[in-house]
Amino acid sequence: MNSLSTYLILAAMLFCLGLLGVLQRRNLIGMLIAIELMLGGASINFMAFNRFLAPEPAVGQIITLFVMGIAAAEAAIGLSIILALFRQMRSINVERAQRLSG
Amino acid sequence: MSAWFGIEGVAHLAFWVVVGITLGGAGLAVFPRNILHNVVGLILALSGVAGIYLFLGSMFIALMQLLIYVGAICIAIIFAIMLSRPLHLEVPVRRLPKVVGGVGAALVFFLGLLGVIVKTCWQAAPERGTDWSIKTIGDLLLTRYDLAFEVISLVLLVAIIGAIVTAGFSRRLSS
Repeated sequence: MNSLSTYLILAAMLFCLGLLGVLQRRNLIGMLIAIELMLGGASINFMAFNRFLAPEPAVGQIITLFVMGIAAAEAAIGLSIILALFRQMRSINVERAQRLSG
Repeated sequence: MSAWFGIEGVAHLAFWVVVGITLGGAGLAVFPRNILHNVVGLILALSGVAGIYLFLGSMFIALMQLLIYVGAICIAIIFAIMLSRPLHLEVPVRRLPKVVGGVGAALVFFLGLLGVIVKTCWQAAPERGTDWSIKTIGDLLLTRYDLAFEVISLVLLVAIIGAIVTAGFSRRLSS
């Protein structure tokens, strides 16, 4: 419980579950959810290094706050793009969005 | 001695419960086909991550995690689901090669990360501060990280305006 590796392995598992979701889902909202999981894994890494290794314990918390801000911006943009795409195609399956494929 | 062991044992148990909630929620967020189950899994996983932040010693970040992720992002995702996909539409079948490829890629990546984590000899900084307070965070945000703070405010503003424009413009286009 109180070792760096436990947290790092947990973060790696979260990140890889998110990666799996991004690779195999075809529902755009599902992919967005998986990306949120990946960001969560990365934030756990920052907080773990902050807790066990870093010289200044405030810096890792600030980076995690920034990651949360970026995640909020990404969710807002992603959801509005998904809504626009749904209005155009009546579907949020990524494989239907191929108007630009040659 | 026994009381100390008891508290330690309870803390250990709580830690593994939180880890279980996080990983179970992540599995629930990735594997089921129903998108609403995925959102419930995401909420579980992110609440578990907030618990992990508590164990890592930061109450403030844990509360922020609950507030921003569970309170804002998950609600926005639920709104988008309600606005976009009628639940009676058929879900596309999963093709086996794609699933195998995805699982293989994620597994290879995980094994690589695991190797790095286990093989590396992590060394703590020679002198480490002990100042975890919110006051220091606020101080640093307005002095050393001032530029990043302003830039992220700008990014959020642009993202919100962009989201409104994207969603609104597509409505005018399609109607």
